[in-house]
Amino acid sequence: MGNIIEIKGLNKIFRSKENDVQALENIDLSIEEGSFVSIIGGSGCGKSTLLRIIGGLETEYEGEYLFDNAPVKGPSREKGFIFQDHRLLPWLTVEGNIRFSLPKDKKKDDELIRKNLELVGLTGFERSFPRQLSGGMAQRVAIARALANKPRILLLDEPFGALDAITRMNLQEQILKIWHEEKITMIIVTHDIDEAVYLGGTVVVMTPRPGRIKRIQKVDLGTPRRRTGTQFTIARDEIYKEFFSDAEIPIEYNI
Amino acid sequence: MKKGLSYWLIYLALPICILAVWEGFQIAGKLKPYTMPPPMTIVETTLDYIKNGKLWENIGISFIRVLKGFGAGLAAGFVIGILSALFPKFEAFTELVIQILRPIPPIAWIPLAILWFGIGEESKVFIIFLGAFFPIFLNTLEGVRNIDSRYFELAQVYEVPKPLLIWQIVIPGALPSIMTGIRLGVGNAWVCVVAAEMIGAVSGVGHMLSDGRSLSRPDIVILGMLIVGVVGKIMDDILRLINKKLITWI
Ligand SMILES: Nc1ncnc2c1ncn2[C@@H]1O[C@H](COP(=O)(O)OP(=O)(O)OP(=O)(O)O)[C@@H](O)[C@H]1O
Ligand SMILES: [Mg+2]
Repeated sequence: MGNIIEIKGLNKIFRSKENDVQALENIDLSIEEGSFVSIIGGSGCGKSTLLRIIGGLETEYEGEYLFDNAPVKGPSREKGFIFQDHRLLPWLTVEGNIRFSLPKDKKKDDELIRKNLELVGLTGFERSFPRQLSGGMAQRVAIARALANKPRILLLDEPFGALDAITRMNLQEQILKIWHEEKITMIIVTHDIDEAVYLGGTVVVMTPRPGRIKRIQKVDLGTPRRRTGTQFTIARDEIYKEFFSDAEIPIEYNI
Repeated sequence: MKKGLSYWLIYLALPICILAVWEGFQIAGKLKPYTMPPPMTIVETTLDYIKNGKLWENIGISFIRVLKGFGAGLAAGFVIGILSALFPKFEAFTELVIQILRPIPPIAWIPLAILWFGIGEESKVFIIFLGAFFPIFLNTLEGVRNIDSRYFELAQVYEVPKPLLIWQIVIPGALPSIMTGIRLGVGNAWVCVVAAEMIGAVSGVGHMLSDGRSLSRPDIVILGMLIVGVVGKIMDDILRLINKKLITWI
């Protein structure tokens, strides 16, 4: 398959009266359609900025960015975006929130809503309000909402950052399952090395000030993926080294 | 606090004390009937007014005036508030006039209103309109402005058309603030109707007040004041209930 995303020599500077912040410097990145890419890096290295540019939420930058061989003018349904907060409208039910997001001709499609709630394991919560859901459930509704709009690409900005470890692993499994079934290109931003390695077939490592891509690493954990075992450990160590010099790697990571 | 017996005891303690002290002054012979009648006289006057139908008539007349003025104030405050919040150009266009008019108390408009409309219905409704408009307008504007901008970003991602955006994000998002404006507006409207009726009217609760004064009947004045207080409280209770039923998501 071809590349759905082509970024060449992209620079992003946030200008203000006091100072300019170079959030991204000379980014080159191609993403193949149907792949799963993780972007990892410390706080402030421009991960969110890069994802927002890809999603069309940020349209001022220098350099080239093509989505499906065409420039991007703004956000759209085909570029699904999962924010760190679930961003459900508190005055609408789960069902209402999904309906709200749908195009006009699909608004009455109850079957579409039902199917996507089933996909994230939330059958039976159609009439619940966001305040009645846990953080993990709310984030799953946000995912169902994005999927119901049949995006070509799903962009996830630290979607599980605020969740506990167990919920997090559950959602990682669900996201992988959805990726297998729906064959949507996915890009996840995270600062959790394990998450990046477990989910991404490609891991993009970024460093801050200015935000740059330091390394792009392929990961093959086989199918199905496993969180333990040599392949996982090796891949994780490789990424770890990008952040710390060898001497600093804690013993437990040196297998 | 759970509303058990002890709650109601505490709730009613102060009014009962006030009545007791009032009655005490009467027993001690300190009250003059032409300035301050005893509680019993107020009760008798109330029963008189109920019997001859003047109680409901006056309340009804004032209430209808409040409804008219408040309705107009609500419609104008809501629409202009939403438009000002959504379209900066519209806000700039109206801002100076609104800001200069806002500090003028509605009561200060009474002389001009009487010159313009006479002492008929229109002048009262106009004063009430002014009283209701500003709090509703200002709270609608603030309410829309304070909506989390992240919801608008969400709407962009899902290509939500403008009418739907207003209906499903702007209005519900601003609703708590709009309801605050409505409660303030109703309170203001009630103040304004009494003021307007005291100055120029031949009916209504405000007229009862001025009538009582010119007849040297403090019992009628006090009854009028109690009506204003009680009706005002009931209206606020109703609005609080509506608020609770309407805004279930907080
Ligand atoms: N709207 C903005 N205006 C000005 N500067 C910004 C803006 N958004 C981001 N920045 C700056 O750009 C840099 C990159 O920010 P970004 O949010 O992309 O980082 P991040 O990698 O997502 O960090 P985190 O892991 O903390 O979310 C930071 O230095 C930040 O201060
Ligand atoms: Mg970020």
